Amino acid sequence: MIVAIASGKGGTGKTTVAVNLAFSLKDKIPVALLDCDVEEPNAHLFLMPEFTEKELVTLPVPAIDQEKCTLCGICTKVCAYHALAQVGKKILVFEELCHGCGGCSLLCPSKAITEIHKEIGFVEQGIAKGIEFIQGTLSIGSVLAPPVIKKVKSQISKDKLVIIDSPPGTSCSMINAIYGADYCVLVTEPTPFGLNDLKLAVETVRELGIPFGIVINRAGEGDHIIEKYLQEQSIPLLMKIPFDRRYAACYAEGRLLVEEFSEIRELFYNLWNAIERQVEA
Amino acid sequence: MKEIVVLSGKGGTGKTTVTASLAALVKDAVLTDCDVDAADLYLLLNPEIKETFEFLGNQKACINEDKCNKCGRCEKVCRFGAIIDFKVNSIFCEGCRVCYNICPERAINMVDTLSGHRYISETRYGPMVHASLGIAEENSGRLVSLVKKAAREIAQRGGYKYIITDGPPGIGCPVISSLSGADVALIVTEPTTAGLHDLERVLKLAENFKVTVKVIINKFDLAEEKSKEIEQYCIDKGIEVIGRIPFDEDVVRAISKGVPPVEYSSGPAAEALKVIARETQNLFLF
Repeated sequence: MIVAIASGKGGTGKTTVAVNLAFSLKDKIPVALLDCDVEEPNAHLFLMPEFTEKELVTLPVPAIDQEKCTLCGICTKVCAYHALAQVGKKILVFEELCHGCGGCSLLCPSKAITEIHKEIGFVEQGIAKGIEFIQGTLSIGSVLAPPVIKKVKSQISKDKLVIIDSPPGTSCSMINAIYGADYCVLVTEPTPFGLNDLKLAVETVRELGIPFGIVINRAGEGDHIIEKYLQEQSIPLLMKIPFDRRYAACYAEGRLLVEEFSEIRELFYNLWNAIERQVEA
Repeated sequence: MKEIVVLSGKGGTGKTTVTASLAALVKDAVLTDCDVDAADLYLLLNPEIKETFEFLGNQKACINEDKCNKCGRCEKVCRFGAIIDFKVNSIFCEGCRVCYNICPERAINMVDTLSGHRYISETRYGPMVHASLGIAEENSGRLVSLVKKAAREIAQRGGYKYIITDGPPGIGCPVISSLSGADVALIVTEPTTAGLHDLERVLKLAENFKVTVKVIINKFDLAEEKSKEIEQYCIDKGIEVIGRIPFDEDVVRAISKGVPPVEYSSGPAAEALKVIARETQNLFLF
């Protein structure tokens, strides 16, 4: 089973839910945690994996053999991303605009285009506190997160519970991370920002047809605004993690809440039961 | 005209709170929200929309079933896994046109997709340019560029001194678009292990740009040891910390009321935000 932990708004507690859920379940069932927030991967800070494998993620970008090139102009015309341009008697490649679609090399009549592999990130694998741990990291300055996310997800093992820590937002990175999940947990906070971005995230998971439920993190005073929306929309509330300075301090130091607070351990067991019930239903 | 962009790396550290407070305190500015995925600045600035523009993203492939002879070449050449069983999954189609170019039956059309909207608005604090990206859409970087372009035009035409931008989280394409052309980047972090880790990555990204970088630590008193670690990290990097905002429940109350925290109370967070606004403007004195 694949469970994705996502949110519209950043900083609501996706990673907190992902790592604490993974740790709570690891002695009961085999668990894998996939950190797909490749721009800012953070799950490793809490689970301290020992990586045993590292694989580069590359993008095939064109290289022009200027000797073979007849300056016919087809490559510059077919590139939908304006990554190729003729300047004087030369075709220039703007690698940062290239999506690696392969159109130019496929369609060049003179076979003057080959592809070179440009590094855009890497995927690491290892074990963290008994949990299989896979993480993607986007190279700094690289713009294309989805290929790195896809590479992380290609490592999914079907015989485990796979927990995906998704990037924030509702655009291509988030979609790539949660696509194909059996269930999605949306983490929010009880503020107008949290509600606004939760609504966007709800529309997104509905569009994808993934069953989902909500976790309210730092719960307290403002819960009613989220709960009212959930009631109107008949969306299940799976768990509330109350705001507590002790929890905030524990998170700040990069420690696991479930290791220090028995009441939180209880909450996460209940969360898992709620998810299982939802998936069965 | 000077451009100030508020970024963070990690989400949820307080970018919008800082941006809205700058908007209220720094006069003579055009305001923009470049977090087009999950735009929240409007909740504090209450813009009145004056003009709406459609944003067309990448075109998407569409197979004409009548012409398709199911040769399967399109599926073979598509590197994004967007064509399965002679149907296009528009979520994964990146609009590269390879299928369109290769189809021997000319059975594939490229169709425009409405990917979002862009708005020009008025607020109490000045003009605002913002946008909303459609659900499950890509191209947030290009939409950010359009938002910034519109803001520059308004700033030039109206003789505004600043553009203040609420940026997106992360280090990917919309962040790179937000940074390009900026004079000052204010990076808001929080005193947590994750906050520091993500700060390091966004600072490294900013090194590739001609931009003056300053750091703000939000809720610094929630974990004073971690705040000290961040301060030391910034000293080592030669980057100045120009703001330390204490945890203050008035900030949440201000957000719930839909106003910038500096207009809600004169509590400790509001005072710290005033210092940040002053320090930021001082950066342009010389």
